[in-house]
Parts: sequence; structure tokens; C-alpha cells
Amino acid sequence: MQKIGVFVCHCGTNIAGTVDVKKVVEMAAKEPGVVHAEDYQYMCSEAGQSKIIAAIQEKGLTGVVVCSCSPRMHEATFRKAAEKAGLNPYMVEIANIREHCSWIHKDMQEATEKAVILARAAIAKVNLNAPLKAGESRVTKRALVIGGGIAGIQSALDIADAGYEVDIVEKTPSIGGRMSQLDKTFPTLDCSACILTPKMVEAAAHEKIHIYTFSEVEKVSGFVGDFTVDIRKKARSVDMDKCTGCGVCSEKCPSKKNPSEFNRGLGNRSAIYIPFAQAIPNVPVIDREQCIKFKTGKCGACSKVCQAGAIDYEQQDEIVTQKYGAIVVATGFDMIKLDKYDEYAYSQSKDVITSLELERLMNAAGPTGGHLERLSDGRAPKNIVFVQCVGSRCADERGKSYCSKICCMYTAKHAMLIRDKYPDTNVTVFYIDVRTPGKNFDEFYRRAVEDYGVNYVKGQVGKVLPQPDGSLLVQASDLLDNRQIKMEADLVVLAAAIEPNPDVRRIATMLTASIDTNNFLTEAHAKLRPVESPTAGIFLSGVCQGPKDIPETVAQAGAAAVKAIGLLAKDKLLTNPCTAQSDELLCNGCSQCANVCPYGAISYEEKLVNDHGIRETRRVAVVNNALCQGCGACTVTCPSGAMDLQGFSNRQIISEVDAICR
Amino acid sequence: MTNSRRQAEKIREISGTNPLKCMKCGKCSAVCPAFDEMDIKPHQFVSYVQREEIEALAESKSLWKCLSCFACVERCPRDVKPGVIIDAARQLVIRQRGAAYLKADEVPELLDEETPQQLLVSAFRRYRR
Amino acid sequence: MSIEANEEFKPKIVAFCCNWCSYAGADLAGSSRLTYPADVKIIRVPCSCRVNPMFILRAFEKGADGVILCGCHPGDCHYTSGNYYARRRMTLLFSMLDFIGVEHGRTRVEWVSAAEGVKFSKTMNEFVEKIYSLGKNVRLEDLRCKS
Repeated sequence: MQKIGVFVCHCGTNIAGTVDVKKVVEMAAKEPGVVHAEDYQYMCSEAGQSKIIAAIQEKGLTGVVVCSCSPRMHEATFRKAAEKAGLNPYMVEIANIREHCSWIHKDMQEATEKAVILARAAIAKVNLNAPLKAGESRVTKRALVIGGGIAGIQSALDIADAGYEVDIVEKTPSIGGRMSQLDKTFPTLDCSACILTPKMVEAAAHEKIHIYTFSEVEKVSGFVGDFTVDIRKKARSVDMDKCTGCGVCSEKCPSKKNPSEFNRGLGNRSAIYIPFAQAIPNVPVIDREQCIKFKTGKCGACSKVCQAGAIDYEQQDEIVTQKYGAIVVATGFDMIKLDKYDEYAYSQSKDVITSLELERLMNAAGPTGGHLERLSDGRAPKNIVFVQCVGSRCADERGKSYCSKICCMYTAKHAMLIRDKYPDTNVTVFYIDVRTPGKNFDEFYRRAVEDYGVNYVKGQVGKVLPQPDGSLLVQASDLLDNRQIKMEADLVVLAAAIEPNPDVRRIATMLTASIDTNNFLTEAHAKLRPVESPTAGIFLSGVCQGPKDIPETVAQAGAAAVKAIGLLAKDKLLTNPCTAQSDELLCNGCSQCANVCPYGAISYEEKLVNDHGIRETRRVAVVNNALCQGCGACTVTCPSGAMDLQGFSNRQIISEVDAICR
Repeated sequence: MTNSRRQAEKIREISGTNPLKCMKCGKCSAVCPAFDEMDIKPHQFVSYVQREEIEALAESKSLWKCLSCFACVERCPRDVKPGVIIDAARQLVIRQRGAAYLKADEVPELLDEETPQQLLVSAFRRYRR
Repeated sequence: MSIEANEEFKPKIVAFCCNWCSYAGADLAGSSRLTYPADVKIIRVPCSCRVNPMFILRAFEKGADGVILCGCHPGDCHYTSGNYYARRRMTLLFSMLDFIGVEHGRTRVEWVSAAEGVKFSKTMNEFVEKIYSLGKNVRLEDLRCKS
């Protein structure tokens, strides 16, 4: 028989406000096995914990039930306290009488009754608890960073600087990400490439960093400290070791009219190409869909001109398998597709563009050499209209429910740069709200208005109508003047919402990292653990976790790196002891459990068993405790009831059911 | 419950929308083809229901100037559907006049210059199923 | 009229919630102060696939009026595929229960993510309302225990 102590927390008035704490103590004391019951103002406080420790030592408690907040909050705290007092930490159970009771019920009697039942269930469970011991697993001292944008680069640099090996896996032919496509950066207006390129070079030159470009993560198995990852290196058709990056192949390639991904389709590239001048690695890749050699078998121009003999049409995809201790996800974002926003005529007119396209149009290395011109007729636009919140802050299924956060600032930047470079251009920004929290951000926006004369109008654009003469009729509202505006524009720039990279869902599934309804990766705690995934060993860097600008991304990338370093610095990790265990006397070796195990943790052994005096060799299931994550799928599948889950055993759960239905 | 509160409640019920979802972006007023004719603009209509000033709505010119083209309903990013709210307000007024049930042969007699045809169109649109 | 019939019906409802999504969703409902009836009592399990049909039969045997199982959304299971197992098992179990007289409305599987406090509270409100409309459940009996 257990000797159980019950500790009921007031949590100030959070619990005591709706639950009669004294009554819970009184009722709990009557439960079988309970030898001690008390209440306290704040059980999680130093003083509260010492009450638990004192009771364990004085009364020789073998089990503890704390009626308090969610176990997700303080289970670890109370288990540590129990351990201090010499009790096995897994002899502690929590009855959640705050989140699941006092906070949601208003009636005192009702809430108290429920709290008593929840306490009763926890007591019933502890009665059947057994001491568990956490195992140990080793940590592979190597980190994987998925995504080679500024977030991934920064995380990789920070981890590598701490002395650990880092691999960056980037899907496109070069690292650099979205930031490499930008022209200038707010609020200081320094050139994006000028601040990013040194970081890219540093990452490429770092002896601890290995970069896999044009590669994708294919398969992830294992767990925190010991992930095994398959990386698919897609066939570049160019030998990375031989290529000198001279660029003659791109020049001579006859297939020139392929939309350039880097220029958002506004310019063309050849079939064999280096995405942009500062690309790292400076090695071209053949786009096999566009390459004449691959399409018809007749060409080979690049191979003929390549003096290094680097072109290899026969190259195949290659799978690299590597072990990692920690994984940083930095998969970034893209702009939403605007096909559902036909009122802005994005698909009807070349002169309606997204802000990322404008970024390319204003960039000196862009398709127009930095000359702002209309894509339809090459004229310089005189009237430019910016539309904010296109697809952001939408309650319907056309757009995204969240604020994309960066658009107010980059629009102010665009407006300012245009007014600076082309002072005779009229710039009008239609906004719903201008949101500029951030250091020097609002000052920046005010400068656009006050010093550069950008016309900000509170109201949304309703429609954009392309006119026969090539101009665009913009119809909008001006809410402050309570009027409807119809104006002519030469160029309309849409601040399209940003969304997580579409690949993130596939990657999150592989990592078993959770994802929210908007496809942003979920944090372990929205406030207190913002750079960790709930899945141990997975860290979040950059926009994959939520919209953010460059300084925030870099800050978060550093934070994710620190968390990864903290993990890699450990030699051993304690594993979850709540793992499955098979009773070899009951097991009939049917293999059903192994079939459902998602971790391949179950194997079979021929084992000599002693079944009530009968000694024989049987085929029985054996669980690898280092691999088992404790989901319990096998326990339900097992037809003979041999498989059980420690910490959540059949008997424990049934006793909880009984306590609730009593 | 005050009368205006009850009426506002009724408008919410008939329209099935929640005016509190409005974020005052003004896209409804931006697309409205009858904007210039209206004394209370579409985006203001939503605010009036929020503030439960239904009397003013009932007396407004806008009520009968709305074409029920539903451009605002299509474009509203918050799913507030200003056009449906206006439609609901119109129904409320009509119901209060006690003219909710009509016989088909009475219709020609009742037709007058004042009744906008759009009202009939919107009534059919609402009850077509 | 018996005295029992006058007694107010207080259903006993057991909710199994997986640790990673639904239990966290219930916590979120709590911290957002979204109310649902106190008749619902939550049991934490590591994953929805840990819920053995035996547990549910046991609950009905002990007088539960409704049992609801909440797990991560399909594709979001912390253990990759546990909720798929749960879904299949529960489909079978619930139709069997329906066959032996425990109406479909008394059992339910719902996917609630850690971010869906609103959904959790809404689901529980609906479920409890359903149980109230169905009234008291017939106790299951384990005939093996009868002599």
C-alpha cells in the first residue's frame, strides 16, 4: 500500500477563488492510501515545495499528488522537489484543478466537486505508480540547419562559432534566401546584398560549416540528440569540384528565355545558370526541364565551352545520410498567390506587381538595372499606388488571418526610395492601419510622410481597372475624408501577405514538429520558449515560426542557435522513462506491435523463458528504451495484453476511469 | 432591452453577420457603385449597427440607394458583409410597415416610383431557394 | 414516480486527451477562460492511440454517460501516426457500441490542436448538450463477472 500525500494549491485566488480548497483537502484525506493532505497559497513557491519535501521525509510518503495548475506547467518542478526529498520523481502526479477546473467553472460547488473527483483520479493513479528511472542517450555533436536564408545562415554561423559541426541544407542552387532578393533594408536603408554577402561568404568559408545547396531533406528518423537524416543532393549536372564559376556556359547556352526565379519571373535566365552574381556556391546548375540537351538530346553547347570539363549530363541525385544532435528549421516564407484577388488586376496587367517584384525592379542587379519602369511599355511611372494588407488580416478563406508585419515598413521604404530617386513621381499609399512598432521604425515612416511627401490615405483600394490607354484606374475609399477616390495610376504595388514556405508542412511532418492552422511552426511555449518546437531537439529560426523582419529574424536565429548549442554541449541526455514494456510470459510473438511502432523500437528475440516452471525458448517482443517514445500504440494493438506503457499503464488509466465514474 | 438595441439585434439576426468583426478598412466604400448617392456610406452603416443607431439608418437615404449588387460582400476581407447588413435593415423597415406578406396580384398596385426595383431583386435573391 | 426520476441528471463524461495537442488545447481553453460544463473530466494520455477500447468499455461499465477522445489533427500527431490508429479503432468500437445499445451520440472522436482552445470548449459544450438530450445511459455489464 502506498503512503500518499495530497497537496492542494490555492494559486492565490486562481484556484481558491472558485474551488473550496479546504473541502478538497478534507475529501482527499478520506481516499485510500492517503496519509497526509494539506493546502497552501502557492505550492510552486520555494515554501510550497519545502512543504512537500518535509512531508515526504517526515511521513515517509511513497507517492505525491499535487492539485494545482496543468502538469505542462509545473510537473517538472514538483518532480524535482520530490527527488530532492529522496522520492522517485515519477511517484508524483498532478491533478489539474486550475486550467481544467477553477478557470472554466463559475459555480463554487460545481467546481469543488469536480476538483475532488480530479484529485481522486490522480490519487487512484498514484496508488499504482511504480518508480521509474530515466535512461540515457548520447548526443551527436552536429547540427542540421534546414534553409539557407539569413535565418539559417545566422543560426549556422553561431553554432559553428561555438565549435560544433553544422550542415546547411538549401533547396535552391544558392544560399541567401529572400534577403538576397531585396534592394535596401529598413530602417537604415543599407543595401541588402552589401550586408548579406559577407555573411554568406563567412558561412561558406567556415571550417565547421558544410553547405548542401540544391538539396532537400528527404527522411528524418531518431530523436533528440540522435537524429538520422537523409539529404537528397539533386543532380546539378555540373561537377562542383571541377567548375571554376567562369560563367561561359550560361553565356553560350542557347535556351535563354526561361523565367528567372531569382527575379520573380520578371527577367530571363539561361537553362544552365547561376541564380545571381553573389551566389554561393558560384557553380551553375542545369534546369533539366528547359535544357535542350535533356529535351532533345541535341545540343551540349555548355559541355563544349567548359574548359574545366565540369558539365556532367549523367549526374544522378545522391542521398547523403548523416547523424545530428539538433535540427534548426529556417525554411522562411514566400508571398501568397494573388489569383484569388482579381479585383486588383494582378493577372490582367503587367503594371500591377507585388512588392517583392518591385524590390527586383529597383535593384541595380535586377532585370531593369535598377531603373523603375512599367513592365508593359517601359515608360517611367508618374503615379504610383501602394495597396496595403492584400491578403493579410482576412477573415475569409481568400487570405490570411494574421498581419504580415513587414509590409508597413517596406512600403514606407519603397515610397521613400521612389520619391528620393524620382522626385516628380506621385506616390499614394492606401492603408488600413500603419503599424510600425520597432526601434526607429515610426520615425522612418514619418520621414516618408514629412520629408518625402508620400501621400498616405486611410482606406482600402476596392478595385483596379486596366484602361485601354494602358493606365490603371484605381478606385478606393478615403475614410478620413469620407469620400470615394477614383484616380489614375501607372503602377500599382500590392503588399501581398507572406506565408510560410509551402515545403514546411512536409518538413514538419518528417520532424513530427507541430504546425498551426497557418502553417507556421508552433513554439513549445508562446512566450517562454519561443524558439523551440514542442518536439525535443527541433529549434525554430526566422519566419517559419511567424512573420518577422530581418533584425528580429537574426535575433531569433541567434536564440535558436544558443538553444541548439545548449543541447549539443551535453554528452548525455536523460530519456523519457515512460516507455513500453513487454511481459515476456504473456507475449506470443505475433509481431503486431512491431508493425504499428512508428519508431522501429520493437524487435524480436528468441528467449529462454520460465513460464510457471516450464522452461522453453520463445519468440518474444523486446522494446528498445532509447528508441521508444512512449506513444502507446503497441499497447492497444497487443492481442495478449503483454505490452504495457510505464507511467500510463492499463491499470493506472482504468483506475482513473473508475475514480471519475465512481 | 431598448428598442434600438432590439432592432440592432434583429439586424444581426437577419443578416447573420457580426458587425464587430469590421476592422474599418473601407474596402466596401471603395467598391460601392452607389457611393456618391449615399448619405450614410457603406462602412458607416456597419458602425451604425455597432453603435445601435438604427433610427438614423431607417431614415437614411442610403437604405434605398443600395443596389444590392453585393460587391462589398464579395470584397469584404473580414466577412462582415455590409450589403447584407443594409439588406437586413431594409427588411426590418419593411416588416415594421407590416408589408411583409404580399399577394402577387397586389404587387402591381403597390409599385410606385419610390420603391427601388433593387429591393425586389434583393428580396428574390434572398428567398429564391 | 420514483424518487430517482426527480433527481437532477448529472452526466458522467470522460474525456481522453492526448498530451501534446488536445490536453494543451484544454489548457488553452482554461487560460482563455472558455467555459464548458463541469461534467467533463479529462484523463491525460500520451497519445490518442494509447486509449484502449477496454478503457471506454470500462467507463460505460462504471456508469459513464459519454466518452470523448481528443487527439491531434490528422497529420499532426506528435508520434506521426498514433491518431490514425485511434481513428480506426474508435470507428470499429463505436459502431459495436451502437450495436449493443450505447448510442452513437455518447461516443465521439474529435481532433483538437494545442492552439484550439475555442474548439475544445465548443466541442465539450456540444458533446455535453448531446448527452443531456440522450439522458442517462444504460450501464454495460461484464457478463464474465456474473455467475
